[in-house]
Amino acid sequence: MDTSILINFFYIVSAILFIYGIKMLGSAGTARRGNRVSSIGMLIAVIVTLIDNQVFESWVWIVAGIGMGSLIGFVAAKKVQMTSMPELVALFNGFGGLASLFVGWAEFQKVIDAKTAEFVDVSGSSIDSFTASAVFLAVIIGGVTFTGSVYAWGKLSGKISGQAKIFAGQKAFNMLLALGMLVSGVLFVSAPGADLAFIYFLVFMVLSLLLGIFGVMPIGGGDMPVVISLLNSCSGLAACAAGFVIQNNVLIVAGCLVGASGLILTIIMCKAMNRTLPNVLFSGFGATAQKAGGKQEGEMKAISGQDAYFVLEAASSVVFVPGYGMAVAQAQHAVKELGEILEENGTEVRYAIHPVAGRMPGHMNVLLAEADVPYDQLSEMDDVNPIMSTVDVAIVIGANDVVNPAAGDDPSSPIYGMPIINVFEAKTVFALKRGQGAGFSGLVNRLFFGENTRMLYGDAKATITDLVAQFKD
Amino acid sequence: MDIILLLFIFTLAAFLGVELIAKVPSQLHTPLMSGSNAISGITIVGALLATMHNPQGTMAMILGFAALVLATINVVGGYLVTDRMLAMFKKKGGK
Repeated sequence: MDTSILINFFYIVSAILFIYGIKMLGSAGTARRGNRVSSIGMLIAVIVTLIDNQVFESWVWIVAGIGMGSLIGFVAAKKVQMTSMPELVALFNGFGGLASLFVGWAEFQKVIDAKTAEFVDVSGSSIDSFTASAVFLAVIIGGVTFTGSVYAWGKLSGKISGQAKIFAGQKAFNMLLALGMLVSGVLFVSAPGADLAFIYFLVFMVLSLLLGIFGVMPIGGGDMPVVISLLNSCSGLAACAAGFVIQNNVLIVAGCLVGASGLILTIIMCKAMNRTLPNVLFSGFGATAQKAGGKQEGEMKAISGQDAYFVLEAASSVVFVPGYGMAVAQAQHAVKELGEILEENGTEVRYAIHPVAGRMPGHMNVLLAEADVPYDQLSEMDDVNPIMSTVDVAIVIGANDVVNPAAGDDPSSPIYGMPIINVFEAKTVFALKRGQGAGFSGLVNRLFFGENTRMLYGDAKATITDLVAQFKD
Repeated sequence: MDIILLLFIFTLAAFLGVELIAKVPSQLHTPLMSGSNAISGITIVGALLATMHNPQGTMAMILGFAALVLATINVVGGYLVTDRMLAMFKKKGGK
């Protein structure tokens, strides 16, 4: 049998395993097996690709490449702390994007290598316009994904300020980058065999790398869930474009699945903030200090750990509302301990999680899972809001905008219309906070001034550990 | 392979992807993302082909090799970290 038929047959098997894997990832009971199913699909794809008579000439390179990559990937995956998961996913995304860029480049480079190596007439050795367009797409999408992800990684890990950065003419500048990319792309595709083609190629590659950086620059930390989802989608599309370059169906199918899934997550995240994608990408949200919102009536009332303990001890239902602050303080284990003690005390305990809490979709769920909180105790916003008025104590841990009542009733607020967790309806609210400053969006949070709100200042982890200690006494 | 056929595959896969993901509960969004991120490392196949099918030492082959290292990081790291996360998701009472 022709080996190419055999290889393509196994590519179909891989594609089926990817599809099943993603489907199984969709429910908590089967998710882990789903991930394994999809990894077997990947293994099959790699192995059948190696059924090739040229593998014997380059096996040293292949072993070295896979060995190095596996080692780095293994160490990174085992060492990473759960709180740093958004950074790692961003970084892996970037690597995937860059790999697709290189695959596209290599296909084009082949032609150039042939031209320089042989002094014969090589007018025939050129890529057609379709492949050239695919090379263009693989390179620009891969390029934007790479620098965008690395820049996002820098922001998330605190190596670069997480604040949105805007400068005069930023939008025009980015438009110019995109336009330049498009023009050089058209010139490249119209004559991929011409001598100038390599220049055009370099131009759009460099522009795409710049666009990745300048595209993520105006996006602030709290909008990162959207950015990561979008970059995830892009890394899939880059792989897909690379699939068109080398005319390989498994790359197209798998890349496209990832592209679609990332895009859907992006849309879900935007909806959870009641903003459009262009607004998230271009508005520089949070960079301009909010002068609007006016004066705040009343004052923030602090409460001591001891008084908080008495309230909690008497409470019959408690809801924890975690935010990015819980990740920063690494407080998830302490929170879980407090939750358990409350349960032993006869209190009903729930965890309410806003879709955009944290720095990536589902960030809080992962942290609480790490702390052994069973996933059936984690409630989504829409399930918890209707019963909020019956809750005795809502404990807000390092969350801010996602519990700001202004989103519901203050049309002048920039976050007006964003669905929030209605903790202000609870009988008592404890807000754990480092200090009196504003959150990511720079907004004053009226929740903290509420009649029923008490502030517990200090490090979230220390505060909760202190409460746990009091229960134990 | 026929270009139209490839575009056909692309279109169908896009619709399939949308259908598959639309119902995933929000608590699984992070594993879904890192799991699908690992799948985007499928570009490793392209990297392998570029490494094998270009004469050794040429620029094209070196690009293929660089892509191979990066894509392998993406694949191996992505799957392992997703597995590590999912191992932590437990139902109440279950171990």
